[in-house]
Amino acid sequence: MTAQVSPIPSSRQPGSRTNKRRPWTVGEWIAEIVKYTVLILLAISFVMPFYWMFSSALKNDAQVYVAPPIWFPNPAYWNNFPDAWNSQPFTQYMLNTLFLYAIPYTIGTVLSSSIVAYGFSRLQWKWRDTLFYLCLATMMVPFQVQMVPLFMIFKRLHWINTFLPLVVPAFFGSPYYIFMLRQFFRTIPTELSDSARIDGASELDILFRIILPLSRPALTVVSLLAFIGAWNDYLGPLVYVHDQSKFVLALGVESLRRTFTFNSTIANAYPYLMAVSTLVVLPIIIIFFFGQRVFIEGISMTGIKE
Amino acid sequence: MNRSLIKVRSQREILLGFLFVSPWLIGFLLWTVYPLASSFYYSFTRYDLLRPAVWIGLGNYIELFTEDATFLKVIGNTLYYVLLSAPLGVVSAFLMAALLNTKIAARPFFRAIFFFPAIVPSIVVAMVWQFLLNTQFGLINSLLQGLGLPVIPFLSSPALAKPSLIMIYMWAQGNAMVIFLATLQDVPRTLYEAAELDGANAFQKFWAITIPMCTPVILFNLIMGFIDGFQSFTLPWLITGGGPSNSTELYGLYLYRNAFEYLRMGKASALAWMLFIVIVFFTFILFRTSARWVYYGGEK
Repeated sequence: MTAQVSPIPSSRQPGSRTNKRRPWTVGEWIAEIVKYTVLILLAISFVMPFYWMFSSALKNDAQVYVAPPIWFPNPAYWNNFPDAWNSQPFTQYMLNTLFLYAIPYTIGTVLSSSIVAYGFSRLQWKWRDTLFYLCLATMMVPFQVQMVPLFMIFKRLHWINTFLPLVVPAFFGSPYYIFMLRQFFRTIPTELSDSARIDGASELDILFRIILPLSRPALTVVSLLAFIGAWNDYLGPLVYVHDQSKFVLALGVESLRRTFTFNSTIANAYPYLMAVSTLVVLPIIIIFFFGQRVFIEGISMTGIKE
Repeated sequence: MNRSLIKVRSQREILLGFLFVSPWLIGFLLWTVYPLASSFYYSFTRYDLLRPAVWIGLGNYIELFTEDATFLKVIGNTLYYVLLSAPLGVVSAFLMAALLNTKIAARPFFRAIFFFPAIVPSIVVAMVWQFLLNTQFGLINSLLQGLGLPVIPFLSSPALAKPSLIMIYMWAQGNAMVIFLATLQDVPRTLYEAAELDGANAFQKFWAITIPMCTPVILFNLIMGFIDGFQSFTLPWLITGGGPSNSTELYGLYLYRNAFEYLRMGKASALAWMLFIVIVFFTFILFRTSARWVYYGGEK
């Protein structure tokens, strides 16, 4: 994971036909042009929808409903951002998303998944691998299948309309993150824990004093992915959280849209929706901007063959 | 004497191991095994959360297959969606990864952009695409009209709504793409060099080396794609809400509706169990056929 993603010298890349001495043939020129055209068209298809979201957030209704489309709204209504944000208690939604869901969920996931991953990688014991494969297999049980019975369980516990059904299970580890952390823990030399054991350290000491400090990159990826997973989650809060005062951002955006669908005379429906969408995705863009390498390399790990 | 010492040690090790994995193990029993078992029971009952559950035997299953016209439509929709979205998602991710793996300038930049839609909240993806594909003032239809083409009712025509959802799914394949890219970079260069000595062209190298070397990851992503597809909920729910005229009412939506809109927990449990069995069955079939098309390297 700390390894570079592309350590291979570019001249040895599979698609490479370049030989520095020889000038390119016409066919190679055409291939290059086609390749970059496709690349740029794809890049546009990924960026344009988000640019359009942002630019529409700055428009008024007249600018939205006009043809041909306006790419650079002038005048730009920057006030749409605070106005849309305050049209519903989005600050409350954001605080709920952060402090009632995303942060406790992330803490629970990282803590429990590290402990479990330690048991699956740094300890030698009978049945370890059997249980690990069972753990991996549970990734295939879809949430939809557990959703109905879990709802009944949490209803009996009077946990509906709280964040407990979303946060408490996180403290029992998540197979995907257990797998990622295990892959990383396995790369740490066993001599480190062996010598600590000789010095009388307990396994928990070894985990918290040796393994975790050495696993900062893996812990970063797992924390970021868990945080983003909770921040982006829609179905979980939809099922368990019903009071508007407890809404998360995803539910807030949906509820804003619903007020517009039911009352189509409200002004600036689309600009407001796009403004709120922009604000909801903004933290993700910032996290991604700073952590994209860590991120992408972390996800790459899940594809590594055993 | 030695043997009993070893036995004691290994018992201690097992205890320690269990202790460390106990959070997952307890969670597995609480949040997976128990729900599965209890929903199996509830699938044979009528239960609305208010009154006690009533045992009705196979009633829910019989109703689904004989009286419920929507359910048959839902099965058709889901099979259509899954059988197209899973392979097309893999193809899209694989081609994007292969393109990024060629010699290109600014690869990290393009990789980041290609990946980005995968981490955008579904609610935002839904709002943006609904807006883009709108027939009256959506950007895409405005551009088509500008080119003198007719307006396409991407989301409002029963024939096009599913393909539109599949297209959006293919668009957000960053996760699978990144996994493919890592795999492509692991393919030993020596294989390509040997093929070049034998006079293989770029296409032959791609077909005979790149694809076979990636088959284990193709299998992994295909299975994930099928599971995603069968339980697909958030995007269809937010973008089309199952419409128009039930054309995008997928299994996940129908299950949710029965449970939380109609409060038919028994029927929803039956739906959940059938979904579980179908997913296990599909995964099993994929694994069974994999011996024929997946290359697991020399050692394994």
